[in-house]
Amino acid sequence: MTDERAGAEPLIEVDGLEKVFSVRRKAGRLRRVRQEVRAVDGISFRVPRGEMVGYIGPNGAGKSTTIKMLTGILVPSGGRLRIAGIDPSPGAGRRPRDRDAAAPGFLRGGHSDRERTRLARRIGVVFGQRTTLWWDLPLKDSYELVRRMYRVPDAVYRANLERCVELLDLAPLLPVPVRQLSLGQRMRGDLAAALLHDPEVLYLDEPTIGLDVVSKAKVRGFLREVNAERGTTVLLTTHDLTDIEQLCRRVMVIDHGRLVYDGGLDGLRAAGGGERTLVVDLERPLPPIEGVPGARTVKVDGPRQWLAFPAAQSAAPLVAAVAARYPLVDLSVREPDIETLIAELYAGGKGADTGRSGGKEGRAL
Amino acid sequence: MASGEPGDGGGRVAQGFLAYRLIVRMWVRSALAYRASFLMMAFGNFAANALDFVAIMLMFSGIDALGGFSLPEVAFLYGTSGVSLGLTDLLLGSIEGLGRRVRDGTLDVLLLRPAPVFAQVAADRFALRRLGRLTQAVLVLGWSLPRIPVDWTVGRVLMVPLMAVCGAAIFAAVFTAGAAFQFWAQDAAEVQNSFTYGGNAMLQYPPTVFARELVRGVTFLVPLAFVNWLPALWLLGRPDPLGLPGWVDFLGPVVAALMCTGAGLAWRLGLRSYRSTGS
Repeated sequence: MTDERAGAEPLIEVDGLEKVFSVRRKAGRLRRVRQEVRAVDGISFRVPRGEMVGYIGPNGAGKSTTIKMLTGILVPSGGRLRIAGIDPSPGAGRRPRDRDAAAPGFLRGGHSDRERTRLARRIGVVFGQRTTLWWDLPLKDSYELVRRMYRVPDAVYRANLERCVELLDLAPLLPVPVRQLSLGQRMRGDLAAALLHDPEVLYLDEPTIGLDVVSKAKVRGFLREVNAERGTTVLLTTHDLTDIEQLCRRVMVIDHGRLVYDGGLDGLRAAGGGERTLVVDLERPLPPIEGVPGARTVKVDGPRQWLAFPAAQSAAPLVAAVAARYPLVDLSVREPDIETLIAELYAGGKGADTGRSGGKEGRAL
Repeated sequence: MASGEPGDGGGRVAQGFLAYRLIVRMWVRSALAYRASFLMMAFGNFAANALDFVAIMLMFSGIDALGGFSLPEVAFLYGTSGVSLGLTDLLLGSIEGLGRRVRDGTLDVLLLRPAPVFAQVAADRFALRRLGRLTQAVLVLGWSLPRIPVDWTVGRVLMVPLMAVCGAAIFAAVFTAGAAFQFWAQDAAEVQNSFTYGGNAMLQYPPTVFARELVRGVTFLVPLAFVNWLPALWLLGRPDPLGLPGWVDFLGPVVAALMCTGAGLAWRLGLRSYRSTGS
């Protein structure tokens, strides 16, 4: 899936990235043992300019830790990473013999905050659960701060703000103090704030969490627009499979700190071997539906019935088959949720040593 | 005071000052969004500090001298220490809130901005009401200056602002080191408070009223004595209770520089060990 663009310059380069936390844990009354937790355990990937990538995985898999290293918030324990040619913490994470062994740690990596600030000018970040906006001030003021702190040229700022205001319907919100905005409005406000300085990469950590359907659609539409219009590279983590379906051609799945899949979404379904569910509402309670090829009825509750079918298969012929023989009132298709998919993927793909090889097998286009 | 990240180029320092100014403005305007509350806090801050000095004046209604120091002399100590701490508290005091940002992970937001973290944390939750403490200390100091028995030469006149600045730098180093420690122990603000606000409460009184061990401790261990005690003893022409050589009284700038450097390194070490939170 990504191979076709292999010639393009990779904007994000990650090689064997690791993050190890040492945790003290109680063992007995006074004794405490140090334990190493590998939150990110040797991840490698490349993202070419202009791509939109979904980064998914169960809670605690290491998604946020990865994003935090990519933004310079956290210093990696091992491996290398470059974003737009910048390593936010040079000198960190190499093997000991590569380091300037004579200098103590805080001198060796002394310029990390400088590199981090360099990187900060090139990236935009939105945390769904954490706002960068100023709570007590009008939304407009937060944007003014971005303009001055990132030293955005006036013309660029005006053009970017105008475009964001138009695409996100922000005009009526600009004079409103942020504390009075709804969650969806604030998310839109945060998105604009992250884009005013023309970042090359946009990181989104669960951008649609807690939003209603309308707000979600607005956010997705905006992201698609930004990606198409400016070629902004987007890396987003989410628990909402619809986000991925509507935005990303490429998905990376992480579990237990390792990449277990990297490829297209369809391939992920095939690799996970998951099933989708067709939920049909009939006119009246009937015996379980039979004779629909490729599907089996798994549950009946009054007039409502659930039919499971392989995730890779199209739902259209099924619907046609049911509608032709039963009094169909309503229907919906349920996707297997990401957690289930990944659980299956991980259980099945344990033999493969890293995610990349597991991902290649799952390629199905 | 902005020397928290030593060894950085001029561009970075300028970047830090710009960020500091911008963030301070945002917080001041945020505070003004609740105007009544802001005015009450500012007045309360001033009043609380004013009462503090009233207590000393009341003490002197019963006695003529405290540890051999007259009321104007004690007021001078009170004023110099108060101005130093007041300056630092106003410009850098919010850094003690770092622990909360580390604990709840909101430090992440600061780490995403293209400006030195130290400048941003120093400006974080900047509170103009802290002017109350500074104003009161300046008033007390101004009252004491014409009343203390000092033969004012140029050198002695210059000593007063020098004391204030060096004292502020020493307090700033304590604030910064304390904040750096909060990267590991997020509830450590009280430890640093005992050195800053607690130290200030001690420096308001003459060193002669305290036990020698305590005076030794704040001279050699946490050298707060250089904020005002030692230079003030020289100004007032009084003997040093520890009997140190005379030139020690002038070491304030050296002590301040050393402490700021140490605090800067501690800050760097702390920042690198930041672990953020789970999500």
